[in-house]
Amino acid sequence: MLNLPIYLDNNSTTPMDPRVLEAMTPYFLKHFGNAASRNHPFGWEAEEAVDYAREQVARLIGADPKEIIFTSGATEADNLGIKGVYEMYAGKGNHIITATTEHKAVLDTCKHIEKSGGEVTYLQVQPDGLIDLKELEAAIRPTTILIAIMYANNEIGTVMPIREISAIARKHGVLLFTDATQAVGKIPVDVNKDGIDLMAFTAHKMYGPKGVGALYVRRKNPRVKVTAQMDGGGHERGMRSGTLNVPGIVGFGKACELCMLDMEEDTKRISKLRDHLEKELLKLEEAYVNGSREHRLPHVANISFKHVEGEGLLMGFNKNIALSSGSACTSASLEPSYVLKALGLGDDLAHSSLRFGLSRFTTEEEIDYTIKAISETVLKLREMSPLWEMYKEGIDLNSIEWAAH
Amino acid sequence: MAYSEKVIDHYQNPKNVGTLDKLSKSVGTGLVGAPECGDVMRLQIEVDHNTGMITDAKFKTFGCGSAIASSSLATEWLKGKSVDDALKIDNMAIVEELNLPPVKIHCSVLAEDAIKAAINDYREKNGMEKIKFEESVVH
Repeated sequence: MLNLPIYLDNNSTTPMDPRVLEAMTPYFLKHFGNAASRNHPFGWEAEEAVDYAREQVARLIGADPKEIIFTSGATEADNLGIKGVYEMYAGKGNHIITATTEHKAVLDTCKHIEKSGGEVTYLQVQPDGLIDLKELEAAIRPTTILIAIMYANNEIGTVMPIREISAIARKHGVLLFTDATQAVGKIPVDVNKDGIDLMAFTAHKMYGPKGVGALYVRRKNPRVKVTAQMDGGGHERGMRSGTLNVPGIVGFGKACELCMLDMEEDTKRISKLRDHLEKELLKLEEAYVNGSREHRLPHVANISFKHVEGEGLLMGFNKNIALSSGSACTSASLEPSYVLKALGLGDDLAHSSLRFGLSRFTTEEEIDYTIKAISETVLKLREMSPLWEMYKEGIDLNSIEWAAH
Repeated sequence: MAYSEKVIDHYQNPKNVGTLDKLSKSVGTGLVGAPECGDVMRLQIEVDHNTGMITDAKFKTFGCGSAIASSSLATEWLKGKSVDDALKIDNMAIVEELNLPPVKIHCSVLAEDAIKAAINDYREKNGMEKIKFEESVVH
């Protein structure tokens, strides 16, 4: 049975798995203790629960539990990882390499570092969204202390060649930080096999609760340290003070355990649905997939429907289907997605894009409904689009002098 | 962001979508906006030479729901008006009628610009001087 509205914006956030909620509930009421209270059973219970969750989280990424620093989410983990390394390794150098398609939590952190005297290289990406490894290696200087490249992109789902990147980082004695917010729980991520030194990720993108994330910090080969960005009681081995969000952490742990159990089956089913969605939507004229189709998360598709504006398109069905667009028509800047622009897409194609993020809970009926609704709306809006008419008349839209406003 | 009911109605049932013969002397065409800005409006008017009245108006718009609604509303208002009265259509009247939020005011400005551009195109085709408009402020 089809229940409306349909949620296909899972790169923004995922619904919680009911099994996660079930695991969390006792820690709000019965076991409410502070994990740092060492002298009574309330504290012991909370600490035990946190320790168990830490193991669940560590296991999913092939880490040691001691290497997990709980935070309030991926943004905080990005800040702690990058600023923390910048400050801790100031004696070694002040140069960081990142890419233009990173999440704002990474880009704005790097901007902050630039303001305080650091140097940052922003690598351009290729049209498929991947960085050029030769460019990466060429950008390394004697003062480079950190490479910060995301595992998978939030808008187009492109998966970076992390193992090749870490091999380059190792060769030059540079640390590798990766924002793996979209990847962890969706595809196999192993900090040792992948050669990752620091990694940010969060619970609410993998069917866990909002408000809890983690920074993985390598303890061996090499031993990595970060300067705390939050001062206080010295929790999380001094790297992140603040009373632990026990129910959130318990939920995070459970979510990780479930992702580990279900990943193979989920991926098989979800990627089949995604491929079906994509295949059907590409039957429309002038529809294009953005980013690499080969190196991509199994649940993501980003498609541009030329000569139709994304927000106008969403309006055709957004009562019934939740999606997001690369068109930033609602933002004050009127700038379309910087990620799509970084791929070399013209602003017009960036304005015409929709991002699909499927989940464990997406059904075949939902995808069929979505295909139909989007196809109909695209056709309807093209009938209304002067650009489509000109395109059909064979007019080169680039030859027109647009009165840019 | 929630849209007003009037915007939704124009989006779902746009009035006067279509194309008039842009080569006809009685037709004025205004094409404003740019694809890279995310909205392009084409607004056309057909004018009765003898009476100076606008007998028909059509639009096609590439843009968000508010841009589509603004141009749809503009064509409704244009039909049956004299060219002189059409020049008096102000973007703020569109904002009020459609209840557009501040971030969507540029859609109404674009519609006003499209009306003016269509009238000037008609004037130019018929040997009249183009009217010089002051640059709109809200962009």
